[in-house]
Amino acid sequence: MTQPILSLRGLTTAFKTEDGWKEVIRDISFDVQPGETVAIVGESGSGKSVTSLSIMGLLDSRARVSGQVLLDGRDLLALTEAEMRSVRGNDIAMIFQEPMTSLNPVFTVGRQIAELLIRHGKVARDQVRAEVLRLMDRVRIPNAAARMEEYPHQFSGGMRQRVMIAMALAARPRLLIADEPTTALDVTIQGQILDLIKEIQEEQGMAVLFITHDMGVVAEIADRTVVMYRGDRVETGATADLFTDARHPYTRALLAAVPRLGDMTDQDWPLRFPSVDMDSGTITAQAAVSNPINRSATPVLSVKNLVTRFGSGSDLLGRPTGKVHAVENVSFDLWQGETLSLVGESGCGKSTTGRSILRLVQPEAGHVQLDGFDVLTAGARDLRRMRRSGQMIFQDPFSSLNPRMTVGQTVIEPILTHKLAGRAEARDRAAELLRQVGLDGSMMDRYPHEFSGGQRQRIAIARVLGLNPKVIVADESVSALDVSIKAQVCNLLMDLQDRLGLAYLFISHDMAVVERVSHRVAVMYLGEIVEIGPREAIFADPQHPYTRRLIAAVPIPDPARRGLRRGGEIDELKSPVRPLGFQPPQRQWRQVSDRHFVMAG
Amino acid sequence: MLIYIAKRLLIALPTLLIVSMLVFGLQHLLPGDPVLAMAGEERDPETLARIRASLNLDQPIPIQYLRWLGGVVTGDFGTSLRTGEPVSALIAQKLPVTIQLAVMAMIFAALIGIPTGIIAAVNKGSPVDWAANLVALSGLSIPNFWLGIMLILLVSVNLGWLPASGYESPFVDPWRSLQTMIMPAFVLGTGLAATLMRHTRSAMLGVMSADYIRTARAKGLTRREVILKHGFRNALLPVITLTALLFGELLAGAVLTEQIFTIPGFGKLIVDAVFNRDYAVVQGVVLCTAVGFLLMNLIADVLSVLLNPRMRAAL
Repeated sequence: MTQPILSLRGLTTAFKTEDGWKEVIRDISFDVQPGETVAIVGESGSGKSVTSLSIMGLLDSRARVSGQVLLDGRDLLALTEAEMRSVRGNDIAMIFQEPMTSLNPVFTVGRQIAELLIRHGKVARDQVRAEVLRLMDRVRIPNAAARMEEYPHQFSGGMRQRVMIAMALAARPRLLIADEPTTALDVTIQGQILDLIKEIQEEQGMAVLFITHDMGVVAEIADRTVVMYRGDRVETGATADLFTDARHPYTRALLAAVPRLGDMTDQDWPLRFPSVDMDSGTITAQAAVSNPINRSATPVLSVKNLVTRFGSGSDLLGRPTGKVHAVENVSFDLWQGETLSLVGESGCGKSTTGRSILRLVQPEAGHVQLDGFDVLTAGARDLRRMRRSGQMIFQDPFSSLNPRMTVGQTVIEPILTHKLAGRAEARDRAAELLRQVGLDGSMMDRYPHEFSGGQRQRIAIARVLGLNPKVIVADESVSALDVSIKAQVCNLLMDLQDRLGLAYLFISHDMAVVERVSHRVAVMYLGEIVEIGPREAIFADPQHPYTRRLIAAVPIPDPARRGLRRGGEIDELKSPVRPLGFQPPQRQWRQVSDRHFVMAG
Repeated sequence: MLIYIAKRLLIALPTLLIVSMLVFGLQHLLPGDPVLAMAGEERDPETLARIRASLNLDQPIPIQYLRWLGGVVTGDFGTSLRTGEPVSALIAQKLPVTIQLAVMAMIFAALIGIPTGIIAAVNKGSPVDWAANLVALSGLSIPNFWLGIMLILLVSVNLGWLPASGYESPFVDPWRSLQTMIMPAFVLGTGLAATLMRHTRSAMLGVMSADYIRTARAKGLTRREVILKHGFRNALLPVITLTALLFGELLAGAVLTEQIFTIPGFGKLIVDAVFNRDYAVVQGVVLCTAVGFLLMNLIADVLSVLLNPRMRAAL
C-alpha cells in the first residue's frame, strides 16, 4: 500500500464552554490515499465540519485539537502557525459551502485568486495575471478575461463556487477539502460543480476529502466513505460496500431515511417514509396516504393566470428600469386532501407563487379562489378571514419563530387574533396542537432556542393548525432539516393530511422528497409552469426538456448507478428580468395524457 | 458618480430649507428683544420704532424670513445686530478656526479609536479587550470641560509645556498654532475616540466571523493580511457612516471646548450671539453648521459608495 497523503490518528477536538472542555469529535482516524476521494458524511452536529477545520488548523483559540494529522507523514498539529500558513492553500486547499459569502465582497475575483499565487510564490509577479486567467478558464468561467475584473456580487452562486475552485487549484494542492461545496447550489449547478471537481482531480491526481450530508452526492463521487455520528466515526468503508452492506445501525438508518428518486415508480399514492430508529437501525415501513381525492368537487384552491412582477433597478428619479417577471401566467387547481408540488430552481418563482396566492405579495393580475374567497380582490376584513383557510410554513425554522415568545404564546397568538377561542380555551387548544405535531403540551412555556430545528418546524406547523386551515403553503419547509428529521416532518405532514384532509402546495427543489409526498407536480422555469401532471407521469414520462434536465441532475444514492454522466455544458439559469413594457409570449399547451400538460415549443 | 452626488445634493436642499425655517422660527420664540438690547438707555418709543424699521423687525415674520433667505442665497447673511459687521465676514473669520479644531479632533479620534477597536476585536475576551473597553468607557464618561480644565492645570499651569489658551492661524505660525490647538483637539477627540472604538470593535467582530475571513485564512495569508486587508476593509464601511454622524456631536462639543480654551471659533461666536440676542449671527452660524453637517454626511455616503463595489455598481 502506498503512503497515504493524509492520515488522521485519534483526532479529538474539544471546545471550551462554561462547563469546561466539551469534546465535539472523538478519536477520529482514517486515511486518504493520493488521488482518492473520501467522503465524510453525517447529519448536523456530527462533527464533520469540525474535522475538516481541525485538519486545516482553522478553529479559533477556544478549541483544543489533539491526536495527529499527518500530511505525508508530517504532523500538522506540531507545526507553528507560520509553518501551518504555508501548508494552507498550498498543500491543502479548501472550498466551502456558502459560495455567496465565502468571497470577499470588496475585492475583484481576479485579485482574490492572484493573492494566493503571490502568497505562495507560485508564479513570477508578471505572470500572475496570465495564470489567473488560465485558472479561470480551467474552471470554465465564460469570458474570463473580462470577468476577472468583476466583483463577487456580479457572479451567480455556481460561478462563485467555480471561482473558489480556481482559487483552491491555484497552488496545485495535493489535497482538496470540500466542505459541503454544492449544498447551497441548485441541483443542475451541483451536477456541473461535481463534474468539474472530478475532472480536475483526475487531471491533477489530487486527493479530495468531501464533506457532505447528501447520500446522493456520496454515492456519486466517493471512493471511500467515513460515516460520522455525534462526534464519532461510526463506520468507514468502500462506498459501494457501505451502501449495500452497512454494518453500523446508524449507517443503515441514515441510508433508509434517504429518499431515492425512482423509489415510487410502482406506488399510486404518496408514501410515508419508513420510520427509522437512529440508534438501533430498526426500520419499519409505513403506510401510504391513500385517501381518494374527489376531483369533481370544487377545488379548494384555484389559481388562474396569476402574474406577479417586481420593479428592478432604478433610474435618476428612482423609477424601476426593468421588471422581474417572477410569476407569469400561472394557473392550477388544488383539491382537498391533495398535495401539489411546485418544483424548480432558485429564482424560478415558486416561492413568489406561494406568497402571491396568500397575498403576502401583491400580484399584478389573475384570479385566486381559496375556499370561497376571492383572494386578490378581498378587502381587509375578508383577507383576514381568508388567512384562516390558507396558511404558510416557511423554510427556516430558526428565524420564523419569534425568539421572544414562548412556544405556547406562538401557538396561541393566531387563535386569539382570529377570536377562535378565549384565553383559557386557547391554551388547552395549543397544548392539544403541540401533541398533534408530536411535541409535549408541557413544552409551552419554553422558548424557541431550546428546541432543535425539527422541533421548531413542528411548532410552526402547530401554529398553523390552530386556525384549521384548508390549504397550507409549505415553502421549502423541510429543506433545511437533516435527512432523518426531514423524513419525520414529511411523515407528520402526511399524517395531518390523512386525518384532516389538508391540501398542500408543497414548494421544494428536492425532487426525491417531492416524488415521495406529491399527488401532482408542477415544474416552474423562469416564472412559468412548463409542465404539470400526476406525480407518476412527471417522473416516469417527463416531456419538457427542463423537467428532464432537472430529474437527470439529481444525484442518486446508489453507487451502482454512478457514471450516468450529465452533459458538460455550463448552463446558468437565465434571468427573469425584462425591460419595461415587455410582452410575454403567448404559450401553447399540449395534453400528454389525462391531467398531464406540457408547454409546447 | 457625478449624477449620484448631484442627486444627493438635490435631496439635501429641502432639508436645508426646513433647517433654515426652524432656525429662523426658533429664534423668535426666544425671550428678549434685540431692539431693547441695542437701544440701551434710550427707550423712547420713537427711537425703538426707528431701529426696528431699519432692521426690518417691524415686518411680519414670514416676510422677514423671505428677505433673510433671499440674502442668504446670494451670500448675504445680514449684519450683526450688535457690531454692525456683516455676518458673512464673521463666519469667514471664525469658521477656519473651528474647522481646524474639528479636523484635528477627528484625527485624534481616528488615531486612537480605530486601532484600539481593531485590537480589541481581534483579542476579544482577552485582557487587552478588557483594557480597551475600560479606556473607552472612561473616555465616554469623563466630561470634556473637566478633562480640559485638568489638562490646563497639569500641562499648562504646573508643567508649563503648552499655552493654556489663545489661538494662532496655522498659516501665520504653524508651530504656535499646533501648540495652542493640540490640547483642545485632544479633549474634543477623546469622547469621539471612545465611540469610534466601540463601533470599530463591533464592526470588526461582525466581519471577522464572516465566511470570507475563513477563506482568507484557508489561503494561508498572514494574520496581518487577514485582519487589515480582508477584515478592516469591510469593517470600514459602517465606521465611515458613523464618523459623519459623530461630526454633529463634535460641533456641539466644540462650543464647550472653545469656551474653556478661549478659542475664537464658531462655538464662541454662537454663545456670544445668543447672549446678545444677535439674531442674524445665530441664524448664520446655525445654518452654516447645518450645511457642514449635511456635507459631511454626503462625503461619508460618497466614500462608502466608493469603497463598496456593490453600491458602486448600483449607481
